[in-house]
Amino acid sequence: MVAAAHTTSSFKDRVLEILSHVPDPEIPCVSVIDLGIVRDVRDDAVVITPTYTGCPATLAIEADIRTALDKAGLSALKIETALTPPWSTDWISAEGREKLRAYGIAPPLRTAPQCPRCGSAHTEELSRFGSTPCKSLHRCLDCREPFDRFKCH
Amino acid sequence: MADTALFDYACRLGDDSLILGQRLSEWCGHAPMLEVDLSLANVGLDLIGQATHFLKLAGEAEGKGRDEDKLAFHRDVLDFKNCLLVEQPNGDFAQTIARQFLFSNWQELLLRELCKSTNATVAAVAQKAVKEVAYHARLANEWMVRLGDGTAESRDRLVNGLDWMWRFSDELFEADAAIEPLIASGVACDARKLRPEWDVRIARVLKDATLERPKARRATVGGRKGHHSEHLGHLLTEMQFLQRAYPDAKW
Repeated sequence: MVAAAHTTSSFKDRVLEILSHVPDPEIPCVSVIDLGIVRDVRDDAVVITPTYTGCPATLAIEADIRTALDKAGLSALKIETALTPPWSTDWISAEGREKLRAYGIAPPLRTAPQCPRCGSAHTEELSRFGSTPCKSLHRCLDCREPFDRFKCH
Repeated sequence: MADTALFDYACRLGDDSLILGQRLSEWCGHAPMLEVDLSLANVGLDLIGQATHFLKLAGEAEGKGRDEDKLAFHRDVLDFKNCLLVEQPNGDFAQTIARQFLFSNWQELLLRELCKSTNATVAAVAQKAVKEVAYHARLANEWMVRLGDGTAESRDRLVNGLDWMWRFSDELFEADAAIEPLIASGVACDARKLRPEWDVRIARVLKDATLERPKARRATVGGRKGHHSEHLGHLLTEMQFLQRAYPDAKW
């Protein structure tokens, strides 16, 4: 079967490698792979999932993935959207979390957020709604710097 | 084959979110402070995202090739199925919060039930959205307390806003013949059953806000049948203008 031979791990790895260079349009330090937006790679399609229901970046993300696939000569690969299981911040990889912290955004944790600059857990929430749907606004009570936190979701 | 009951129900869900999302977007750049401006815009975005999913489902159920954009921008006012609460004008900030308070506490309960819907798409959208709507309810509940237990003026404004919005709350708990088959098949939620828990939630916040529950009055209903207040038409003229003037414009 030609199709079956096509879905080798090397093909999948190649597509994942391409997609690991597609940044999130709002938080460019992390890729669509880091965020857990890419659910699966099949021989005929890349399956993605939206993060927040109202995230305006959803369309931009799909367009960016399309462009990256086309550039790699993979125009035949379709992009499918899967709503279940619903995306949550648990889908963000360990590497993605570290990249967020280094970028100055506190990664989602079930515990109190830590200041991404000085590491202090002595922080306060300024606003539950931040500059994008996925973030809330906080302030470190030790170094006094304000910072964004990726909402635990 | 067209599923008219599902079309109707998905329109109700989608239109509630779409119209309230549009209303909240009117605050963009005008809210009392930056954090509130961001909050209301974010809540509006969440709602419009929900609407996109529900109206897409409606279009598929109808089977006439209308997608979510066609349904949002090319339907006339009588074809909208949203509840009357969401089309009410923003008024002042207190009136907007009163509307959000009544709606989000209801919508969170509704979506929690719809997570169990036998329709896979309804369940999937509900599972995503219920987490977001919990934020909306918390935001509204906190502002109810700050305004109600705030200054004499903030309290007066909130009492007046709540008094206006309250008459539209009974409609949230209606169920009619059009969706009875969907309740029976487990696709839709029987909203009548949400009332006791909603009452408890509302009472708890009103107590913290040192406010009285508004007096019961004859309910104003009709939105689910397309009988709207004059406000919806004005909202649609603004929301639909571009797609009406330049059909299928893309950018």
